[in-house]
Amino acid sequence: MLATAPRRIYARRSAPTHGGSLPTYRGRFATEQAERLLWRAGFGPKAGQAKELAKLGMSAAVHSLTRPAQRGLAGPAPVLETGKPLQPYDVWGHDVLWWLDRMVRTQAPLVERMTLTWHDWFATSNEGVNSQRLMINQNRTMRRLALAGFPELFEAITIDPAMLLWLSLSGSTKADPNENYAREMQELFTLGAGNGYTEMDVREHARALSGWTNSWNQATGEPDDFHFDPTLHDDGIKVIYHHRGNFGWRDSLRLVLAHPDHPKFFVTKLWSYFSPEPLPASDTRAAAAMYVSSGKQIRPLVEAMLMHPLLYGGASLVKPPIVQIAGMLRGIDRYIDTDAWVWESGLVGQTPFYPPNVGGWDATQWLNTATWLGRFNLTSQMIIPKQVLDPGKTKPLADARTLTEHAIAYWGSPTLSKQTVAALRSYAQSAGFDAASAQWESQQYPVIALNALRALVVASPDYQAC
Amino acid sequence: MSKTPAQQACACRDFDRSAFLRAGAAAAGRGLPETLPGMPTPAGTGLSRRGFVLASAGLALTVYGAQGLLRSSEAFADGIAAAATVTSQPVLVSVYLQGGIDSMSVLYPAADPLYSQFRTDLALAPGAGPAFTEDPSLTWNPLAAPLAQLHGEGKVSVMPTVGYTDPNQSHFTSRHYWEVGATAADLNTGWMGRYLDLTGSADNPLQGLCLDYSLQPSLASAKMPVATISSPSSYSFYAPGVWGTQQSLMYDAFDALGRAGANSRDGGLIASGQAALMSSTLRRQLLPFQPAANAATTTALPTGYPTTSDSFPTRMAAIPAMLAGGLPLSCVSVSTDSVFDTHEAQATPFDTSLAEVAQTLYAFQRDLEARGLDNRVLTVVWSEFGRRPLQNASAGTDHGAAGLAFVIGTHAAGTMIGEWMGLASGLDALGNLKETADFRSLYCSLLEQWLGHDAAPIIPGAASLPRVTVVK
Repeated sequence: MLATAPRRIYARRSAPTHGGSLPTYRGRFATEQAERLLWRAGFGPKAGQAKELAKLGMSAAVHSLTRPAQRGLAGPAPVLETGKPLQPYDVWGHDVLWWLDRMVRTQAPLVERMTLTWHDWFATSNEGVNSQRLMINQNRTMRRLALAGFPELFEAITIDPAMLLWLSLSGSTKADPNENYAREMQELFTLGAGNGYTEMDVREHARALSGWTNSWNQATGEPDDFHFDPTLHDDGIKVIYHHRGNFGWRDSLRLVLAHPDHPKFFVTKLWSYFSPEPLPASDTRAAAAMYVSSGKQIRPLVEAMLMHPLLYGGASLVKPPIVQIAGMLRGIDRYIDTDAWVWESGLVGQTPFYPPNVGGWDATQWLNTATWLGRFNLTSQMIIPKQVLDPGKTKPLADARTLTEHAIAYWGSPTLSKQTVAALRSYAQSAGFDAASAQWESQQYPVIALNALRALVVASPDYQAC
Repeated sequence: MSKTPAQQACACRDFDRSAFLRAGAAAAGRGLPETLPGMPTPAGTGLSRRGFVLASAGLALTVYGAQGLLRSSEAFADGIAAAATVTSQPVLVSVYLQGGIDSMSVLYPAADPLYSQFRTDLALAPGAGPAFTEDPSLTWNPLAAPLAQLHGEGKVSVMPTVGYTDPNQSHFTSRHYWEVGATAADLNTGWMGRYLDLTGSADNPLQGLCLDYSLQPSLASAKMPVATISSPSSYSFYAPGVWGTQQSLMYDAFDALGRAGANSRDGGLIASGQAALMSSTLRRQLLPFQPAANAATTTALPTGYPTTSDSFPTRMAAIPAMLAGGLPLSCVSVSTDSVFDTHEAQATPFDTSLAEVAQTLYAFQRDLEARGLDNRVLTVVWSEFGRRPLQNASAGTDHGAAGLAFVIGTHAAGTMIGEWMGLASGLDALGNLKETADFRSLYCSLLEQWLGHDAAPIIPGAASLPRVTVVK
């Protein structure tokens, strides 16, 4: 979160270069702004990383994310309690760990965060696909095209095997065109519910998209050989958005992307992943124009959004649960060494590869009494047993201020508001010192209180949103 | 990972919910033990406690004696004490059948000549199930026999074609309408949430209880707190290496941090702070449901609830248990694990899911009756739409319009609401069932006849909606 509101955050629009441009943030870009950028466009800072990033200034900091110099992973590869490496295609939960590891170790955090965005946008669940291999292949496609052109991504995902299975396009034939993909691609991927299309458009798109099929691998029992079979395709005349033609699946995608309502839907939805504040109408128009004139490229739009004044001056964004888990691990410099994150991710409300439905996760529902419990209890999994302070063996700490500083430093020194720090110190004083009367109490209470303070730091509202 | 058959056959994946989450919860039960060596007994220790096992919910509970509670300064005392004084408060349970259930496979028009034409793969044989006594043209699916039994006792009101004009076939949109109680895309509070906003209290999250991992939108309120829990006995906050005085004070500090967020001017921090405060209140309310150290950890569900890996029967069973434990519930929502979005190969998964739902609802009613709670509880069972009468070529059914709802309870009117028009005259231009009753009429009637509250400030357009008889 931002402890101090930056002054003078709006500035003149830069010269239009792409048929439209967004205003640029001109306020202070210090550690806390860099910290916010890293939480919004990645998975939070590692200790000291925000301070380093701030030195670049806002523009170069954003560029370092949108045009990363390196894309590889840094740090130790996952090793579980069993001592064995992950088997992401074959072992239950290892798909989740495989991706979480990328979130933790990536050197291109925005690429990884956009991969998560596309997974939510084109939400596909292994609950319906039943193949970790196909899900991971889809994930690789999303990562490869994370900042490419949306038409390219949309086409790749439409005929991605996991998606073909998930939304029933595989097996949708001339005799029985399945409306599932035709409906959701308009409602969720490109236009918005009921926005500029009719039930007849759904049916006609379904006809245009017919013809995909697959077979089953006899040896593995897995679906295999996904392909377009012209004999299964409805090659009759269709009418889509008042256009008549012998449309095929590529025409279907072309028509929906050319729909006049698509650019606004696209930029509004994309922005919503970065900020809880609505984009002003004039900026939405500018972003839509920019999107269209760039040939529907993702990177320049994301770059402009990450420089928008509202990103730094607006309200905090509640951290998506899996971002919170990855970010906590980054903050304490821990790597994947347990499979506990698989079920922990469920308790906080976001298990990658298992979105609740094709609409993705509902970000307005990240926080409720159930997920808050999950978020609080993450701490007991984050702090490995040998790091839990033993009051019998730990040298007591001097005062409330020191206790609080130690607790915040444990998590990589996230920025906290004055009010939060005051509440933490107040606890440190009362639980660590004032409550103690006997000699053993004055030795042990500060240590027990420090254990509690560690939990309280990450249970503070400041740490849940950034 | 186990999947319900309905999920396996589901082509449209909109409403698949993750069995993974449930598996996660099960694992969490092992990973986050309720009590660890060195952990303190919960706040409130020293009160007289009577430990008993709430066998019905599979929950081991310890309930604090009322006398001790009243002497206690713990905030949860208020909620429990309040509940003790209003034990006649009506409870409304909302059961959501996920994905749009095929009403024509629950009550089927056996003799309608179009039925066997429309349902070449799916038609049930005439006389296969119990007759629907109110309308001889309909027959219960044999697997819905438990519901037929309750219907015979006058405890089920059937709505064979409930819906709304200008039906929407999107899961999201149509469900949203049902959740908010209006055909309004931009309404963001639920119909039960608005009832709670008008009647609820600021310190009782349990008044609106969602037994799930995420809040059902029908309970979304603007002002009053509501709760989401997976199970009442697992609501325990734990920090490693913390116990005793430092733990009690930690919960206070947790509140202080929540207040700092809730009182800020930043929307994200406010949401976060409010969630913390609500969770904190709920923690205190559910303290009595923490398993006693010596309690049995697993107990069978009471007789009649189906044994399955699904959460639905267990969650339904938790409701009578919580009411018997004196918790102040008012509106409760539960979803089936089963997804009825049967686009492909419908028959087998549908049967399994229907059987589980029918048996659970039957057991739930019997459970309430056995505890003498049946006079307090009315259950509404709904789905976002019905399915198209003409099956598709995959032996499944696509999204339709009007569908099925039930009102179940000892005080349910027990008489059909709306009618079955038959397939020759009952279809709209798109071949979907026309509605003969409006879901908003149902809501208005439930509010007025069961919860005793004027529907006008809760359901938009209530004045012009006809009322139906839902309560006797």
